[in-house]
Amino acid sequence: MESLSNKKKVLEQKPLSFMERMYLPAIAKGMGITISHLFKKEATIRYPEVEREFSTNFRGMHSLKRDENGKERCTACGLCALSCPAEAITMIAAERKPEEKDLYREEKYAATYEINMLRCIFCGLCEEACPKEAIYLDGPIVPADYLRKDFIYGKDKLVEAPLDMKK
Amino acid sequence: MDSAFVIEKFILVAVIFGISLVIAMYSTYAERKVAAYLQDRLGPDRAGPFGILQPLADGVKMFMKEEIIPTTSNRFLFIAGPGLALLCACIGTAVIPWGSPVLIAGKTIPLQVSDINVGVLYIFGVVSLGVYGVMIGGWASNNKYSLLSAIRAASQNISYEIAMGLSIIALLLMTNTLSLKEIVDQQHGWRWNVLYQPLGFLIFMVCSFAETNRAPFDLPECETELIGGYHTEYSSMKLGFYLFAEYINMFVSSAVMAALYWGGYNYPGMDSMAVWLGPTWAPLFGTAVFFGKICAFIFFFMWVRWTIPRFRYDQLMNLGWKGLIPLAIANIIITGVVIAIIEKF
Repeated sequence: MESLSNKKKVLEQKPLSFMERMYLPAIAKGMGITISHLFKKEATIRYPEVEREFSTNFRGMHSLKRDENGKERCTACGLCALSCPAEAITMIAAERKPEEKDLYREEKYAATYEINMLRCIFCGLCEEACPKEAIYLDGPIVPADYLRKDFIYGKDKLVEAPLDMKK
Repeated sequence: MDSAFVIEKFILVAVIFGISLVIAMYSTYAERKVAAYLQDRLGPDRAGPFGILQPLADGVKMFMKEEIIPTTSNRFLFIAGPGLALLCACIGTAVIPWGSPVLIAGKTIPLQVSDINVGVLYIFGVVSLGVYGVMIGGWASNNKYSLLSAIRAASQNISYEIAMGLSIIALLLMTNTLSLKEIVDQQHGWRWNVLYQPLGFLIFMVCSFAETNRAPFDLPECETELIGGYHTEYSSMKLGFYLFAEYINMFVSSAVMAALYWGGYNYPGMDSMAVWLGPTWAPLFGTAVFFGKICAFIFFFMWVRWTIPRFRYDQLMNLGWKGLIPLAIANIIITGVVIAIIEKF
């Protein structure tokens, strides 16, 4: 039947020529190709010692940020939890006491803030939803672990280290 | 027979046995490294510097693994199979001349365990016995895949032995001797047999790829078709024996190729080196050259493995019976005619 697209090609299978039946020229060519790979740079990265460089928009582990005075930015508004398509974020809000003024920026703060790293899909929607610029996915790859409960990261793992104020 | 002779031979046997085991051990490492570098990878590099302790780790793993013998197998043959394979692989080294005689402590010691006058035939005999290890193991496993693999190995070895034997006849026409030592000594300096018998060498080399069950003729152990081939049911050190036997076979056939065609321990400029180094070190240097050639051949085996895809079974048989055997016969006729003409004039 006539081909509608005109792309149809009839393949012709010719019997092998003498040189092709000898295998040797083709083998020599193939050997040349493989030996050339001996001198190419290895693609392997020795992982624990060397890490592959991430692209600039890589999304890794979350971190909860502090402001320029070292106070936690998060106000436990819950927008991140709301925007999360995987429902990985939960938090409990609390009211700031007067003596905690140096710890939290606003009157309301997150007493507990948990991200289930097994649920998280690293889409970055929490980062986009946050009105206080408190959460960023700028960390490394989330490390492996043995138990499911250990993948629920609390504030101890998420909050940035306090700023060194003496500087 | 004096005791010095016995001690001398015993030491030589022990040294050669040790060297062939070490080379087989490090062939596994070299295979993985060569494979890796040919595929732009790094290969094993965790155990020791550059991973050179990897064969030891593999050996320990093999010894520690659970030993499983299938209940339906023939127990005696199942155990005899890997032993026979390793034995046949090892005894091939007995007639290979590793170097010219060395002067040690005022005594000339030949670097060859036994210079029998049928050395080439002995090698052939041992190599053909090697297939019994595979056959017995494959049959005793009582596994259909193992049996198929054993049948393949047997028919492949029988087919390629003929072409191998015919290719060597052309060489024997030239050398007029079956003793490996004399064949090597005739290739003094640059007079390597490969220069006179390039076609014979090519046929011999292709056949030794088939005899050692190496790619592209590794049909007895092709994983995709036969799970593991004849050693599917084997575990622990019995599996280790089979794998080891394969690498020792590779070592022996590399040594035979280097001795028969590539001059063995001969190298250009060896006479001036003999004067310069003296009667102790010059033969040892020749032995080092021989081992260099063997290592080059082992590398070649690995290089080919990562280049050429496996032959289909009918292609294998076609190549053996319709390709190599007529070529080998033609080679004999041409060699014979040329020798007759040279002797006439």
